[in-house]
Amino acid sequence: MKKNIQYKSSELLRKEKKLALLLILPTICLVLSIVLIPLIANFWISFKPISLGDLRPPTLIIKENIRGKLSKSGEIAKIHYRYRNSSTKYDLNEVIFTDFIPKGIDIREIKQDTICSVESNKLICTLGKLKAKSSGKIILEVSRNDSWVNIDDNPKKHKPIASFTTTNILTSFDFTLENFKKIFSANEFWQVLKITIYYTVFGTAGALLLGLFAAQILQKSFKGRPIIRGLLLFPYVSPVIAVAFAWVILFDPFSGVVNSMLIQMEVIEKPINFFGQKFVSFYFFGFELKFPLALSMVIIFEIWRYFPLSFLFILAKMQSIPEDIYEAAEIDGATPLQQFYFLSLPFLIGIIATLFLLRFIWTFNKFDDIFLLTGGNAGTRTLTVNVYEQAFAISNLGAGAAVAVIIFLILLIFSIFFIKYSKKETI
Amino acid sequence: MFWKYGLFCSILTGSIWGLFWQIICTMIGILTIGEKLYVNVVPFLIVGSLISVIYVFLQNKISIKFHLLSIIFMVLLIYSFTFGDPFLQKKTNSISTFLLVVINSFFTWISIYLSLKQINIGKLSRYNLEKFYLRLLWGLGLIILILITLLPFYIMIMTSLKNQQSLILNPLDLSLNSTSDLNVLFSSYIELFTNFNFHIFLFNSFLVSIITVFVTLFFSIPGAYALSRLRFPAKEWFSGSVILIYLIPSIVLVIPLYAVFSQLGLRNSLFGLLIVYPATTIPVALYMLRGYFNSLSKEIDDAAIMDGLSRFQIIIKIAMPLSKPAIVSVALYVFMIAWNEFLFAFMFLDDTDLFTLSRGIVSLNSSEIPQQHLMAGAVIATLPVMVIFLYLEKFLISGLSSGGVKG
Repeated sequence: MKKNIQYKSSELLRKEKKLALLLILPTICLVLSIVLIPLIANFWISFKPISLGDLRPPTLIIKENIRGKLSKSGEIAKIHYRYRNSSTKYDLNEVIFTDFIPKGIDIREIKQDTICSVESNKLICTLGKLKAKSSGKIILEVSRNDSWVNIDDNPKKHKPIASFTTTNILTSFDFTLENFKKIFSANEFWQVLKITIYYTVFGTAGALLLGLFAAQILQKSFKGRPIIRGLLLFPYVSPVIAVAFAWVILFDPFSGVVNSMLIQMEVIEKPINFFGQKFVSFYFFGFELKFPLALSMVIIFEIWRYFPLSFLFILAKMQSIPEDIYEAAEIDGATPLQQFYFLSLPFLIGIIATLFLLRFIWTFNKFDDIFLLTGGNAGTRTLTVNVYEQAFAISNLGAGAAVAVIIFLILLIFSIFFIKYSKKETI
Repeated sequence: MFWKYGLFCSILTGSIWGLFWQIICTMIGILTIGEKLYVNVVPFLIVGSLISVIYVFLQNKISIKFHLLSIIFMVLLIYSFTFGDPFLQKKTNSISTFLLVVINSFFTWISIYLSLKQINIGKLSRYNLEKFYLRLLWGLGLIILILITLLPFYIMIMTSLKNQQSLILNPLDLSLNSTSDLNVLFSSYIELFTNFNFHIFLFNSFLVSIITVFVTLFFSIPGAYALSRLRFPAKEWFSGSVILIYLIPSIVLVIPLYAVFSQLGLRNSLFGLLIVYPATTIPVALYMLRGYFNSLSKEIDDAAIMDGLSRFQIIIKIAMPLSKPAIVSVALYVFMIAWNEFLFAFMFLDDTDLFTLSRGIVSLNSSEIPQQHLMAGAVIATLPVMVIFLYLEKFLISGLSSGGVKG
C-alpha cells in the first residue's frame, strides 16, 4: 500500500516536471535564441575580421548585352556576358552560370568553348574559382532562325542564373585577435573607460540621492501629494527620444531657452554650447580648472531621468516602516535629523544598496541617452556608445563586438557581486 | 550661536523666499509675457526679510484680514523699494508686471507663513531648530523638484505650438497666441501627419507595442506559473538566471542580431522587432508575475486539483483572474518599454513605411526640419504614454516598483 502511494506520488512528480517544462520551454527557447545565442555570437564576431560591408554576401554579377540586331531571320548578333565577383575580399568557388537559349536562335560560335557548352537549349559555363574583384567576359555569336515566334524568343528575355559556393565570413573559421589589439592599443580606449566610470558613478549616486531627497519630501502627507507623486515619475515613463530632444532644444546654444535666459539676466555674455563643449575653464587663485561640461550635462540628464525610480522604491519602503517607531522617538525627544539618521536610514540602507547596484549596472549599460544628447562627442563617449561608433560609424563590426565583449565581462563581475549581495537583501 | 535664534531664522526665511520667488516670477514673466525682465536681487531680499520679521512679531494676531493686508503691504513695499520698477524694465509699468508682483507677494507671503509657523524670536531648541530648517528645505525642495521635473515638458509643448518666425525672433517668448486659430496653433502637428507620415509611425508603434504585450503575456504567464507553483529540476537555477538575463544590455546583443537578421532578411521588418522586443521583455514579466503568483495562496490550487481541474484550467480560470492587477501592470509596463524602445528600432528599420515613432522622430532631427516639428513629434510620442500613465497610475506604479529597475 505504502509502496503504491510512493509510486503514485513519484508518478505525479514526473507529470508535474513534464508540465513545468512544457510551460516554460517556449519561453526558454525564445530567450535563448534572442539573448543567449547572440551573446555567444558576439564573442564569435569579436574574433573576426568583419566589417559592416561583409554582411552583404558576395555574389556573381552577370550583365547580358546583345550587340547587333536580331530583327529578322538570318541576322547575326553577338551576346556578351560580363560577369564580376561583387566582393572585394572573398573568392567565389565552383561558379557555374546557365542561361536559357530560346528556340528562335542558333548558336554559331562560342568564343570560350573550353568552359562553355550547350545542352538542350541551355548554355552552361563552368567558371570554376573566381577570385575577389575578378571579372570576365563570355561572347556568343548567334543568328536568328525561322522558329522565332514572339518576344519570348529574344535571348534578352531570359536572365542568366548563377550558382556558386562561397565562404560566409560569419560562419567561417577565420579568426583574428586584431580587434582586441586595436581597441586596447588605441589611446582613446582608456579615456572612454574613464568617462564611463565617471558617468556611471556620478549618474547612479546622483539619481539615488535625488530620489532619496524626493522620497523624504513626499513622505510628509499634504494636499495634492498623489498628483505630485505622479508628476515626478514623468521623466522616467516618457520616451527617451522625446525627453532627450527636449533637453537638447532647452540647452541649444542659439535658440535654447536656458542660454537666452542666462544672457538676458546677464549671467553670461556668450551662449554656452552645453552639449557640445568638452571643457569650461575656471580660474581659481590663478590655477586653471577644467570642468567637463558636456559630460556633466549628460550626467545631470541621467540623474533627472532616473531619480523617479529610486524615489519610488525608497518611498514605498519608507511607507512600510511602522509609524509607532517615530511616535515613540518623538516622545523620547529625538529631533527630525536624529529620527532620519537613526530610524529611517537603517530601514532604507538595504534598498538603497540594492538600488545602487542595479542602477549602477543599468547606467553602465546606458546607450540611448548619451547617443541622442551628444552622439558621444565632446568627451562623452562611453563604452556603449563606443560599440556603436566602432561597429556602425567606422563600420568595423568586429571591433564593435570586441568592445561589447569587454562591456559584458565587466558586467559579469558586477553581476556576480550583485548576486552574492542580493542573497542577503532582496527588493 | 546666532543661527539658533528665531529672529535670524525669520530673516533667513524671508530673504530666501523673497529671492526665490523673485527669480521664479521673473522667469515666468519672461516666458509668458515675452518682455525683457531682470532679476532685481537686493530690494526683494530686503522686502522678504522685513515681511518675515513683521510676521514673527505679529503671528498671534493671524486672520484672513491679516493675510490680505500683509500681501497688499508687501506689494507696496516692493514698488517703493524698487522705485516703481520691480523688474528693471526702465519703462512705465504694465498690468502684467503688476500682476507678477502680486503673484510674487502672494507666494512669498504664503511660503513665509508656512515655514515660520510657531517660531518665536528667541533662542530655539534643537528640536524646533531642526524642524524649522527642514521645513524650509522641504518647501524649497518640493517646488524646485516640481519645476525641474516639468520644465523640459513645458518647453516641449510650448515649442511645438510656436512657428518658426516667432521662435527666431524671441526664443524666450513661449506665450500662447490666443488670437490665432487652431490650424495655425497646431500647424506643426498637421504638418507631421500630412507630410511626414506620422500616422503610419503612430500605427506602427501601436501595432508593435500591443503585439509585444500579448506575446509577452502569452509566454510569461505559463512560465511564471510554472516557476512559482510546479516542482521541477533546476528550478532555482531558472529563477536566478531570469534576473541575470534582465541585466544583459541590448547594446551587447545588437551587433550579432544585426548581422544575423541582415542575412536572414529580418532586419528591415516589423517582424524582426516583434521577435526581439518580447525576448527582452519576457524576463521582466516573468520576474514580476512570479513574484505575484508566489504571493497568492497555494491552497486554492490544491483545492482546484481536488475538484479535478487540470493545470491549464487552473491557470486560465483561477490564477489569471486572481492576478488581474499584476497582469495589467505587467502589460502596461511592457507596453511602455516597447513604445519607448529606441536602439533596435533605430538599428533595424530603414524604410519610412516601417518606422516606429522613436525611429521617425530621429529622422526629424536634422537642420532642415524646424525645431517645432521635432518637438511636436516628441509630444505625439509622449502623449499616449502619459494618458495611459495618468489613467492607470496605480497599476503602473505597482508595476514599476516590482520590476522597474530596468531602463
